[in-house]
Amino acid sequence: MMSLEDKVRGRKVKLHDMCLRDGMHSMRHQITLEQMIDIASGLDDAGVPLIQVTHGDGLGGSSLSYGRGLHSDREYITAVAKNVKNAAISVLHVPGIGTLDELRMAADCGATCVHVASHCTEADVTEQHIGLGRELDLDTVGFLMMAHMTPPEHLIGQALLMESYGAQTIYCVDSAGYMLPDEVTTRIAGLRTALQDETEIGFHAHHNLGMGVANSLAAVAAGANRIDGSAAGLGAGAGNTPLELMAAVSERLGIETGVDLFKLMDVAEDRVLPIMPQPPRADRDSITLGFAGVYSTFLYKAKEAERKYGLSARDILIELGRKKMIGGQEDMIEDTALSMAKARALI
Amino acid sequence: MEKIKCAIIGPGNIGTDLLYKLLRSEVLEPVWMVGIEPGSEGLARADKLGLKTTSEGVDGLVPHVIADGVQIAFDATSAYVHPENSRKLNELGVLVIDLTPAAIGPLCVPPVNLKDLAGRQTMNVNMVTCAGQATIPMVAAVSRVQEVAYAEIIATVASKSIGVGTRKNIDEFTRTTSAAVAKVGGAAQGKAIVIVNPAEPPLMMRDTVYCETVDEPDQAAITASVQEMTAAVQEYVPGYRLKNGPTFEGRIVSIFLEVEGLGDFLPKYAGNLDIMTAAGARTAEMFARDILAGRLKLEAVKENA
Repeated sequence: MMSLEDKVRGRKVKLHDMCLRDGMHSMRHQITLEQMIDIASGLDDAGVPLIQVTHGDGLGGSSLSYGRGLHSDREYITAVAKNVKNAAISVLHVPGIGTLDELRMAADCGATCVHVASHCTEADVTEQHIGLGRELDLDTVGFLMMAHMTPPEHLIGQALLMESYGAQTIYCVDSAGYMLPDEVTTRIAGLRTALQDETEIGFHAHHNLGMGVANSLAAVAAGANRIDGSAAGLGAGAGNTPLELMAAVSERLGIETGVDLFKLMDVAEDRVLPIMPQPPRADRDSITLGFAGVYSTFLYKAKEAERKYGLSARDILIELGRKKMIGGQEDMIEDTALSMAKARALI
Repeated sequence: MEKIKCAIIGPGNIGTDLLYKLLRSEVLEPVWMVGIEPGSEGLARADKLGLKTTSEGVDGLVPHVIADGVQIAFDATSAYVHPENSRKLNELGVLVIDLTPAAIGPLCVPPVNLKDLAGRQTMNVNMVTCAGQATIPMVAAVSRVQEVAYAEIIATVASKSIGVGTRKNIDEFTRTTSAAVAKVGGAAQGKAIVIVNPAEPPLMMRDTVYCETVDEPDQAAITASVQEMTAAVQEYVPGYRLKNGPTFEGRIVSIFLEVEGLGDFLPKYAGNLDIMTAAGARTAEMFARDILAGRLKLEAVKENA
């Protein structure tokens, strides 16, 4: 049998940093322009080829439901685009949250790549947005979130839809940090077989069960060539795959990322870590996300509700999982907490 | 009692659900169902219920409008074909109720502004979107108490209740709803977020409304106004419920709603479609009563107004 190393040695993989988008969740969307520029220019200098910059919930995500950004997407994207030399700036765009005008704005401000996201079963809401991405000549990615919630064969059907709309890369997104390596392997291998050869495949992990690096390696072994991660792991829940860890493991296994490992480690340690209120860690609530398959971003409002109503965040998260709430339904955390608090006569 | 004769364009989920509601109306009588696919399920069902049908689109209806006395038409097709449908029918003096997000006519959310539309001689009324119908009454319930600087709505609908048209045009859906949250709801600024959830069994429509008031919210007055508005919507959507709230944090008012459908044609979880068709029928009924009472005389629109 081929070892993992046999499968990945010599493979070229693009690392995509998420700390200025997914990390916005953990920072409650309050990263300053100076911090963004400092981190992005460091990542650029370390040779990270793609850097995502957007409100945590994508273009237009600044809201009462998801939290208002300290600055607008326009300000963030413009500031970062001006201060990187080689890296491409990407944005997250979720149909139903962001509008086509906002995608046009992002492209005007210097973004050259877009992740058009939908829940893993609802790819047919992305047609307009993927279409506009291509029309604007962006590197256009279809981003299938909460991919653990649907069987692999169905996920592949959804990926084919996105490919038919014009997506050049398809991602399997483990938004809950629920998957284990075999589940990643099945999905990525299925996508690789079904999609056209020129269509790239990506994987986006959350580290809620500590599987970020292991799952990303499984993805590469099965045919993925884009891997999302975050310097110092800054991202929702217990964070994303720590990018510097992924880079170090990649180097040992002979995966070619083109990234300067020591420089990336320094960005994580000297620029990202100091801005965090607390480093991402698989605490009991984050483990619950991964264990119960709940959207990682729900962590923050569940913790808030714990403080407000004296409920356990873990109970709230388990209940949200039971009710099959998906990405974007942050409003249902408060609603669920209110109903639980009423039922327990806490309010 | 005499009834006003109606046509429904689009024999899909919305058109069929609407048909069941019109069959119960005291002032409206559905007589035509218009489709574009010969032998479609929706046309066959309408035929069985005694309506005349055509599979040739609005052009198949036009030659019969005068002879059959059609005075009101509901368009449940798509934002892209609506303007042309409306023009052809307006030319014949038919009032068009628009159930697509095209929004070429005045926007109508019945408990908020239906009365304002009476006497305005409008020939096209737009019903915004299902998300708008479910949430705008609550924005208005707050804004009639005090000034609202910003209103935001999150509508979650079951995947099975959202058709191909809405999916393909989700951008129009989002933008039309956002604009109406501000314009009809009475907020200085509006934002709409739409989530499609595939859970099985399907989830009932859920809607959350956040209003940011300019001054400290008057909690008692807002609570009373929200409860009153809930009752006003329940008059035509009995499954419209205030699930939690209003809650108050600083200047933010939060209202959590659930909309259960009547289950006329679509299952009860599809409260989003129920509130849309019920609002459309209610709007048409007001105009029908005005026509029957001689207060409103529909006139042919010569040029595209």
